Amino acid sequence: MTDGTAPAVRGSITLSAREKRNLAIAALVLVATSIVPLVSSGYLLSITTSIVFYTALATSWMLFSGPTNYISLATAAFFGIGMYVVAWGIELMPYPVLIVLAALAGAALAVVVGLATLRISGVYFVIFSLGLAELVRQIMTWLQHVLGTLSGLYVLTDRTDEMYFWQLLALTGLIFLVGWWIGRSRLGFALRIIGNDEVVAVHSGINTARAKVVLFVISSTFAAITGALAAPRWSYVEPTVAFSPFLSFQVVIMALLGGVHRLWGPLLGVIPFTLLWELISAKFPAQTTLLLGASFLLIVYFIPHGVAGLIEDTLRQSPIASIRSALARWKSRNA
Amino acid sequence: MPDTSVPALAVGNVTKRFGGLVAVANMSFALTENEVLGLIGPNGSGKTTMMNLISGVLRPTSGQIRLYGDDIAGVGASRIATKGIARTFQLVRMLPSLTVLENVAAGGVFGHARRWGKELDEYAHGLLRRVGLPNAGSIAVSALTYIDQKRVELARALASDPKVLLLDEWLAGLNPTELKTGIALIEQLRAEGRTIIIVEHVMHAIRSLCDRCIVMNSGAKIAEGTPRQVLADGEVIRAYLGDADA
Amino acid sequence: MDIIIIGLLLGGTYALMAMGLQLQYGVARIMNLANGELLIAGAFGTFWFFAASHASPFYALIGIVPLAFVLNWAIYRILMLPLVRRARSQGQLEVDCILSTFGLSFILVGILLAIFGGEYLSYSYLAQPIFILGEPYGLNRVAAFLGSAALCIALYVWLHHTRAGLSLRAVSVNPSAAGLVSINVTQTSALAFGLGGAVTAAGGGLLSMFLTFDASLGVVFTLKALIIVILGGVSDIRGTIVAAFILGLAETAVATLVDPGLTLAAAYVLFMIILLVRPEGLFGRRST
Repeated sequence: MTDGTAPAVRGSITLSAREKRNLAIAALVLVATSIVPLVSSGYLLSITTSIVFYTALATSWMLFSGPTNYISLATAAFFGIGMYVVAWGIELMPYPVLIVLAALAGAALAVVVGLATLRISGVYFVIFSLGLAELVRQIMTWLQHVLGTLSGLYVLTDRTDEMYFWQLLALTGLIFLVGWWIGRSRLGFALRIIGNDEVVAVHSGINTARAKVVLFVISSTFAAITGALAAPRWSYVEPTVAFSPFLSFQVVIMALLGGVHRLWGPLLGVIPFTLLWELISAKFPAQTTLLLGASFLLIVYFIPHGVAGLIEDTLRQSPIASIRSALARWKSRNA
Repeated sequence: MPDTSVPALAVGNVTKRFGGLVAVANMSFALTENEVLGLIGPNGSGKTTMMNLISGVLRPTSGQIRLYGDDIAGVGASRIATKGIARTFQLVRMLPSLTVLENVAAGGVFGHARRWGKELDEYAHGLLRRVGLPNAGSIAVSALTYIDQKRVELARALASDPKVLLLDEWLAGLNPTELKTGIALIEQLRAEGRTIIIVEHVMHAIRSLCDRCIVMNSGAKIAEGTPRQVLADGEVIRAYLGDADA
Repeated sequence: MDIIIIGLLLGGTYALMAMGLQLQYGVARIMNLANGELLIAGAFGTFWFFAASHASPFYALIGIVPLAFVLNWAIYRILMLPLVRRARSQGQLEVDCILSTFGLSFILVGILLAIFGGEYLSYSYLAQPIFILGEPYGLNRVAAFLGSAALCIALYVWLHHTRAGLSLRAVSVNPSAAGLVSINVTQTSALAFGLGGAVTAAGGGLLSMFLTFDASLGVVFTLKALIIVILGGVSDIRGTIVAAFILGLAETAVATLVDPGLTLAAAYVLFMIILLVRPEGLFGRRST
């Protein structure tokens, strides 16, 4: 997909008109959303908080799993670690410090997992990630047992719901910024090449394993930070809650539903899914597992490229797009 | 004056085994700077395996490979690319979702030559002009003809400003007109002083382009010399055509 | 010493479920993340049979094995085949299968929850001790092990001494070449997939004789089966059996010497080691 107004190769300091427009739109959306707590509390705030929360997780998930096509089922492992760092340290250290520590803990785990699994085929990574949250949960439970602490920890702060919302929003904004920056950077270029043909990537001098690990660390660190932010809100932190497999799977569904090949893709999946899920868990609380599975299948079979993919397919088949590409072909033949 | 004291590429007693199959048997040769070396032989003689060993796709079972004295045997393809070896592939490998310009640029960012931003842009455009595709920058690669895709792949290999260029049957699959253009392109590279190893089946290209030739058969070197010498060698003829014609 | 015997007993029983997965991945090339749920279904089915009839659980297998075969075979034909047909590369197929069987596992858990509820289920069968080398072991563990061994041997013999088994092995080595010698790859894959499910469910039935199950335990068993298959080397069934014993021993050692809640950690340590040291598995062949 080429567009004459985009820079031919990413990386120029100056932004194209299209990029400036996209940035402006993003900034606008961010500002508009930040007003929500000022105009309401109660249900609207709570549902918007949910949406922002899942957008943060789904977008940071997509930062890695989108370009590499390595499906990570381990979001809860990093989220839970972030939560636990805060839960353990809340009496001992100021909250901002804990957030940084949570990020570091998440990054450390990501480095270990990444170096072990990302040098081989994607299937091994997926399998590893499947049990990672469960593994960390088991280790955490055992550690608490050994250290003699109680299984559940209370995280009580005086942070308001509005404050939580803005923190999540700021984090989401940061995630989008980082995602956008990666897209324009050498790392992003390397990932596009890897995604097209890994043999060419290697022969172009790209250390493919390192690129994937770096990306995985970035993505997981954001998940850990989200956990750290969520800890005071959930206030009671306990292994089954912090490392809930449901969290991992919902994040994956939302990202896939929205589409993982565009930065704004997961957002398109988070909004409908969150709303739908509210409805479903209210009306059919006993069938949530079943319906979660069914939605997975629906997406895999009928919307494999997500909503974003559907949108782009319709746009690509538009008359304008086909004229443009025909013109370009004519130009090259008559060069 | 090319420095002939350290060969650009020194292959010493390289053997590659796949289980019981010996694909390359005790190969040794040296490539001088600015030289164009032809690597020929019947199908299955181990030429592409040899290329894969040099470019780092495969690790030799034994033996050494040195690039200007630097040991690169088994080092890994991405590091070897960074050290200055670039190649084209038998079956052209395009990056389908990238534009032509980006395909070329891909070779010039991470490896031996590292450029970015505007500099990379201009450099890639220059390379496209060099290979004869001056206005193709924003086209999708799927819209290109086969010879044009090969040009793009060549430009991509050149983008890394390699010390040694490996052309793996780059002229394969071209019709007579395209063949002429292709040979002329490689002739230009040779005139610039590029150090190249060509694996080919097109004999008149070998005759006109190569300073020296090595013939492989069943993994081993059976002849070495100028193209004229080598193509008249009885052993070589026997390898290609069988006993009756030797 | 008793760690070793219990470990071997456990490993031998694990071997069955691992072989089930290996048939599905090695032949049909489908990474079935819902495998654990089929195992649980086998376990629950056996429990239900025992609770209703009090006859030996071994008889339950007579019904469970064919049922599981039909179920898994249908899953392959209805759910997996469209993905196989539309996949443009092996990597794409793997991702699609993983996601789809992942979703399937949730559906199966939901169904199991609906039928059996969320409590832990276990039953007492052959709970008397049997003495091996002077130490007492649960007779149920030994019986399960023997059952598993019998089925494993039967499966191995079938694979290596029948024409159908030969076609399965051919497809696992090279599907396109198998097609060229007029093996119907689709049918063979469906057969392997169904057979894999049957074997897994049988494994679940046997494990239920001495383990406690609940509907959410599927993923742990899926993981263990996956780790065993990868540890052994995806293409070789001998590797699977050896790896199953290794896992059984490692798990029992960790459970006894460290903490029974860390069994998954033991499996993961093995996983990490094999990924770092020899990713193609113990008996696998590295693709150059």
